[in-house]
Amino acid sequence: MALRVSGDAHEARERLEIELLLEAIQRAYGYDFRGYAVASLRRRLWHRVYGEGLETISGLQERILHEPACMDRLLRDLSINVTEMFRDPSFHRALRAHVFPLLRTYPFIRVWNAGCSTGEEIYSVAIALHEEGLLERTRIYATDIDEAALERARSGAFPLERMQFYTENYQRAGGKESFSRYYSTDGNVARFDPALAAGTVFAQHNLVTDGSFNEFQLIVCRNVLIYFGAELQEKVLGLFGASMTRLGVLALGRKESLRHSRHADEYEPIVEAEKIFRRRA
Amino acid sequence: MTRLELVAVGASWGGLRAIETVLGYLPEDFGAAVVIAQHRQSGGQEGMLEHLLDARCALTVSEAEDKQRLAPGAVLVAPADYHLLVERGAVSLSVDAPLHFSRPSIDVLLGSAADAYGAGTTGVLLTGANADGAVGLAKIAARGGTAIVQNPETAERREMPEAALWATPEARVLELEQIGPALVELAASSAGSLP
Repeated sequence: MALRVSGDAHEARERLEIELLLEAIQRAYGYDFRGYAVASLRRRLWHRVYGEGLETISGLQERILHEPACMDRLLRDLSINVTEMFRDPSFHRALRAHVFPLLRTYPFIRVWNAGCSTGEEIYSVAIALHEEGLLERTRIYATDIDEAALERARSGAFPLERMQFYTENYQRAGGKESFSRYYSTDGNVARFDPALAAGTVFAQHNLVTDGSFNEFQLIVCRNVLIYFGAELQEKVLGLFGASMTRLGVLALGRKESLRHSRHADEYEPIVEAEKIFRRRA
Repeated sequence: MTRLELVAVGASWGGLRAIETVLGYLPEDFGAAVVIAQHRQSGGQEGMLEHLLDARCALTVSEAEDKQRLAPGAVLVAPADYHLLVERGAVSLSVDAPLHFSRPSIDVLLGSAADAYGAGTTGVLLTGANADGAVGLAKIAARGGTAIVQNPETAERREMPEAALWATPEARVLELEQIGPALVELAASSAGSLP
């Protein structure tokens, strides 16, 4: 491989290869990654190139078109986001203190966890709802593009080795109980109480290509939009707006912002630092 | 010559003081954007690093938000527990798995800078006790950018600059106090080459 071609030529060729690959994926499999943020996408594509023992992105394109199983592997690379229970404890504390009182005013509560990945956040939110006496009247819609991730989310089983860290997060997030009461140990996994997910609907949903499917009082979508380019972010924020009740709440990741968005005026902050917004009337 | 558009800085152990020294030499009208990955503890005091740096240098220093625009003279620092990546004209964040136990990873930042700005990038690797950044800096050099490494002999920790020099032997080796002035010179000479 000619590594030392001039930087610009290298860049242009690689960009072309990526564009062709994404076009091929879209036409052959229907998944549309063309609006994704390029830098992360490029890393993950190369990860798959090397994982397949290949040398170029064009080589990956050939394999993907001829081997659907390779597409599955790439899909997993492109969609699994590393997450944890009660990630950013101060966020979960704010959710309990400032959002749950709003939810409490509804007889029936609908929450959408968009891009739920392997489910750590669903169980975090469900535990908090349970402790505030709201879980019984809540339906959580947990969606992700990746069926394998959803399968893991459904199982409610997480690595046991993570539990000490999650326990600290839980306590800092304002947890009221002993964290260990929510799971039982099974070999090297912690299996969470199925009652926590009894009101949760797990479903495959692609934020890029699928539409609105319900109206929610709370949409939680943390560290998912960072993988999208600016235009695609706008589109997905539009989808959220259309999927929200009047005065619905939108919770984003700590370093995600509405500030540069066309949709900025549609929201007002509830807790600015935690990126929790409320849709204006 | 290619115009200097972006300075990408990586530092680990002892990095705060080193970064402060480098930024201290850059004037308010510095002609390139600056991005920084400093290894830091998650759960530390948020924004502390940026406040300290902002108070002590002429440039505006802030913690990067997703899709924040890159601008000449503006310094964006990778938030704790996120990778910072450079796109053309803006930055992106990711929560991909840590690399070399690090998030932010210096390799991720420098590598993405090389992809987005090629020869318009200058990579700077400062003190640190591991090998993060060596691969990213080599990529900047391979794409025609400038690679600068703090002299390992006088760095607070020598491992990181040493690993970088092993991967990029042609990198310029400078004393900490020489790096800021060298960046000013690079920005000035490349600005002068514009019509």
